Amino acid sequence: MPLEIGLAHYLAVAAALFTIGVFGIFVNRKNIIIILMSIELVLLSVNINLVAFSSFLGNIEGQIFALFVLTVAAAEAAVGLAILVTYFRNRGDIAVEDLNLMKG
Amino acid sequence: MVEAIAFYVLAAVAIASAFAVVSVRNPVHAVLFLILTFFNAAGLFVLLGAEFLAMLLVVVYVGAVAVLFLFVVMMLDVDFVELKQGFLSYAPLGGVVAALILAEMLLVTGAVRTSAAFTDKPAGLPDGITNAERIGRVLYTDYLLHFQLAGLVLFVAMIGAIVLTLRKRTGVKRQDVSAQVGRTRKQAVELKDVRPGQGLG
Repeated sequence: MPLEIGLAHYLAVAAALFTIGVFGIFVNRKNIIIILMSIELVLLSVNINLVAFSSFLGNIEGQIFALFVLTVAAAEAAVGLAILVTYFRNRGDIAVEDLNLMKG
Repeated sequence: MVEAIAFYVLAAVAIASAFAVVSVRNPVHAVLFLILTFFNAAGLFVLLGAEFLAMLLVVVYVGAVAVLFLFVVMMLDVDFVELKQGFLSYAPLGGVVAALILAEMLLVTGAVRTSAAFTDKPAGLPDGITNAERIGRVLYTDYLLHFQLAGLVLFVAMIGAIVLTLRKRTGVKRQDVSAQVGRTRKQAVELKDVRPGQGLG
């Protein structure tokens, strides 16, 4: 393990987190709460990428955009969980596989 | 040296707890592992010199979003063991897609590593300006409109969440202040002339 931590190290961590997030969406097909958490993981990895590039290029605007991504992620979590609560109230269940009323 | 050790510890714990988020059975444990992941990511942000975003990550994610998740997980009465069925049947497809994505992104990462455009040293903070001050100087000038729009997004999300979850339930006893205050003496009190030795028939 190299002791000099460069940009590539942070990008590798972000890539791993993104991959775990996508993997989580695939394997937890029934549990929509875990799917929402996986989306949070993906957005976190995007934030790590933005902050890493911002830090290594000496440009603060990457952190500004990370701030906006954080905002949108918070809003998405709030609305997603609200939809989940409403769905549970109507169906008494949160199985995503039964969500086929629109036959899409 | 210390920085390298800190990076490897934070990165390893972040990745391990992120994997725990998607693989544990109990969703309450998943939320707690999500908090651990965010905390370690905040540590990585501190290593990168982005203290403001690190604190924001702890406050917003650990303090608000993760607690919101915890509330919903504990509020919903769902058989989570049954929801975990099919984990192994989806695992091969998910594993293939995940491996492809990881390989491609590591390829790009390797290209970045050898590219001359990116120096391997973090650009330090110039003339002692703190990270929060640098962000503030740009955020409130060049990105003022975007900042306001972000506030609008949060506002609309808040209204949307309230509208989605609010429901009027019938048959629930509630306090009606205007009805209480609007009561007249005639409705409330009745004068009875009670004779001595006799009750109210």
